[in-house]
Amino acid sequence: MSTLHTVNKSPFATQALVSCLNHAKAGDAVLMIEDGVYGGLGGTGLTEIIEEFGNNVSLYVLSPDLAARGFDADRLIDGIEGVDYDGFVALVAKHDRTQAWL
Amino acid sequence: MAYEVNGQSVACDEEGYITNLSEWSPELAEIIAKNEELEMTDDRWEVVNFLRDYYEEYQIAPAVRVLIKAAKKSMGPDKGNNKYMYELFPYGPAKQACKIAGLPKPTGCV
Amino acid sequence: MSDVKKFLYLNRRAPYGTIYALESLEVVLIGAAFEQDVSLAFVDDGVFQLTNGQNTDGIGVKNFSPTFRALGDYDVQKLFVERESLEERGLSEDDLMEIVYEDEDDDWAEKPAIHVISRAEMADVMADADVVLSF
Repeated sequence: MSTLHTVNKSPFATQALVSCLNHAKAGDAVLMIEDGVYGGLGGTGLTEIIEEFGNNVSLYVLSPDLAARGFDADRLIDGIEGVDYDGFVALVAKHDRTQAWL
Repeated sequence: MAYEVNGQSVACDEEGYITNLSEWSPELAEIIAKNEELEMTDDRWEVVNFLRDYYEEYQIAPAVRVLIKAAKKSMGPDKGNNKYMYELFPYGPAKQACKIAGLPKPTGCV
Repeated sequence: MSDVKKFLYLNRRAPYGTIYALESLEVVLIGAAFEQDVSLAFVDDGVFQLTNGQNTDGIGVKNFSPTFRALGDYDVQKLFVERESLEERGLSEDDLMEIVYEDEDDDWAEKPAIHVISRAEMADVMADADVVLSF
């Protein structure tokens, strides 16, 4: 049993991403969408913390949301994977449940 | 829309629920009941007062099944059942009795 | 009944600054009619929803905190509150309202509905749910 967590707020504005990572279990996936994609950027004040969580959970960013905000996948923290909408659907299908962090 | 009570106007919505809960009075309850073609017997007052107490304590009008469960406990099984409540308030105890009690329509009631 | 699912309502917002908390509570009350296994979780600012002594007279909005005490009537008997979220906000269980439910299977004995649990236990509660509804 595993969970896909979605986060749609910037981690610099709210606790949503950190709280999500604090509650995710090994084997879960976290998909950053909308303003949540800022959490995937390397070289930020949160990068180190997020990298550490990345050892236990799989981290994804919704590429169209990242592109919309002017960033390419090469700006992402190593190990974070960009997915398109089909990839989003595949992640939902792969996990037993989806939990939104608003 | 509005009710007239002792020369005072009390606003209500299109279904007859009063807009400002603090404007309720027993006289108003009699008038709303009359509009619903119900006479305010002691039995009906018992339910209306129960609803008002429930709202005062919990800030919600209870759903029908909650009303009936709670009535069963406080008024006994003779009164805490569907048949009794619907005899008193044929258009639904929650809707009709809440309207008379000056409460909002119960949450979840459509 | 095999078609009963475990619903978890996850509350992460303080009560009056936004409409989330009230909306969540209303959905819980409406959803209770479907006779599922319902629990509430209070994490991050969500723990502020349960503080004792809320008085909204001065801000012109309804104080809906007493409604949490009616949840037992709606067969909602489990409110999980995260200890770390309380502590980060300088709160303890003593700052929360007392909320009880009557246990039908135990001669209607009053039992506490609030369970203060650790972050790790909260993660288990979430993982145990069939459906998580976030507010």
